[in-house]
Amino acid sequence: MRDKTMTLDEVVGELRSGMTIGIGGWGSRRKPMALVRALLRSDVTDLTVVTYGGPDLGLLCSAGKVRKAYYGFVSLDSAPFYDPWFAQARTSGQLVVREMDEGMVKCGLQAAAARLPFLPIRAGLGSSVVDFWEGELKTVDSPYPTDGQTETLIAMPALQLDAALVHLDLADRHGNAAYTGVDPYFDDLYCLAAERRYVSVDRVVDTEELVKTVPRQALLLNRMMIDGVVEAPGGAHFTFAGEYGRDERFQKHYVAAAQSAESWTEFKARYLDVSESEYQAAVAAFAEESR
Amino acid sequence: MSPTRAEVCVVAAAEIFRGAGEIMASPMSTVTTIGARLARLTFEPDLLLSDGEALFFADVPAIGSGAPIEGWIPFSKVFDVVASGRRHVVMGANQLDRFGNQNLSAFGPLQHPKRQMFGVRGAPGNTINHATSYFVPNHSPRVFCDTVDVVSGIGYDKVDATNPAYRFHHLHRVVSNLGVFDFGGPESTMRALSLHPGVSADEVAEQTSFEVAGLTEAGETRLPTDEELRLIRDVLDPKGFRDKEVRA
Repeated sequence: MRDKTMTLDEVVGELRSGMTIGIGGWGSRRKPMALVRALLRSDVTDLTVVTYGGPDLGLLCSAGKVRKAYYGFVSLDSAPFYDPWFAQARTSGQLVVREMDEGMVKCGLQAAAARLPFLPIRAGLGSSVVDFWEGELKTVDSPYPTDGQTETLIAMPALQLDAALVHLDLADRHGNAAYTGVDPYFDDLYCLAAERRYVSVDRVVDTEELVKTVPRQALLLNRMMIDGVVEAPGGAHFTFAGEYGRDERFQKHYVAAAQSAESWTEFKARYLDVSESEYQAAVAAFAEESR
Repeated sequence: MSPTRAEVCVVAAAEIFRGAGEIMASPMSTVTTIGARLARLTFEPDLLLSDGEALFFADVPAIGSGAPIEGWIPFSKVFDVVASGRRHVVMGANQLDRFGNQNLSAFGPLQHPKRQMFGVRGAPGNTINHATSYFVPNHSPRVFCDTVDVVSGIGYDKVDATNPAYRFHHLHRVVSNLGVFDFGGPESTMRALSLHPGVSADEVAEQTSFEVAGLTEAGETRLPTDEELRLIRDVLDPKGFRDKEVRA
């Protein structure tokens, strides 16, 4: 069986400017942050991003890499909740957004996973979602009457992705992968909706160890769903993963740093213009200092 | 000690769920979470309550505490519950108009907002699929405004009566720090059901941009019973988190 292990920078080397990229996790939960940091180190830009947004989208906005965003929400999940870089990109009018109901993201990924052009959904009707989509979002009439009337629903278009980036807790080198926390989120759907699929994990283990470590139901990804596996310990930091919590202190540090050009330059030099191992070392030093 | 305003709000929030039966109660703030748990411990024992993350509680814990669980409800399954209709959500609102249109997304033009909040989140799906109520801890004309900037949660004037896709839309209650409201006014506009003890009709009128139906006829919000006060103070919120959301 193929060995799919790659480095973070090799994954990003397979991405191109202008791509539509789906980013797994949810808010500030199990985001593929090490892959996002690798994107920041690259010259890949002009991205269309599909996400349940958190600091992943924020960091990409901080580097001006996002042209268009499809999302159900953007949240840091703890105070101050609103991501500062996403807010900045929005209030300066840098992004084209296709904001939608949270359930519509799942629906659009399911349509892409099943190679369907759309799936009907009730969510979105009557709301500003239709206006956010500026004509890109249509409705569909049911051919079967409801109480003698025609039910007209949102025709959620397939959210087809050029690439998916997800972070799980454990994988083997072939792309079988598992989560160990309470929620799979939608990482399987992102992979099924994408052309190229990359998973980072806290630990790469033998297949035998993988399947005896977790219950069957936690084996979220199989080999057909993955093209590249990256071992990235702490790769979801500062969001949480199955084996570690969210680094609330560091997330607040990120938010504070975004408040001025000076503090961001400092943050960027210390944590972003460096390799992943240097990032992890700087984070450990920050934890030590702020104790 | 007589009940505080926060305690009156907790009971009003509990009353949102009266008659709800065996559905998922999804309160999105501290006071409404205490309210839903109070309802479960008193008159609505079959409510399903989650930890806000991915687990259903078997028992009813104090706010901020854990409890034994009875099931699994990851986000993907929450969307299945939303579509099934077996849910009553109590959301917050940055803006709410007289027809119940709600905004928690952003202020200003859609593609170039003046202030960014969460985006629409689950509000469009919630409001078109199942019972929705709102809780506003700081009743002001900025929140209760003439027109919302972004329609996240849909109001009664958005309902297309010729399209059965809208048939599950139901805005049940609005509870604020001043009173309890519904949308039983003319043309499904906001109507006062009761004002909290010590709140006058003039105060509500001053703090609301639009005219509130039934304001002069509204009675007084019921007070917590002794048993409810005991549950709030000793069992559900011994640390008094409710007073951080609704100040005395």
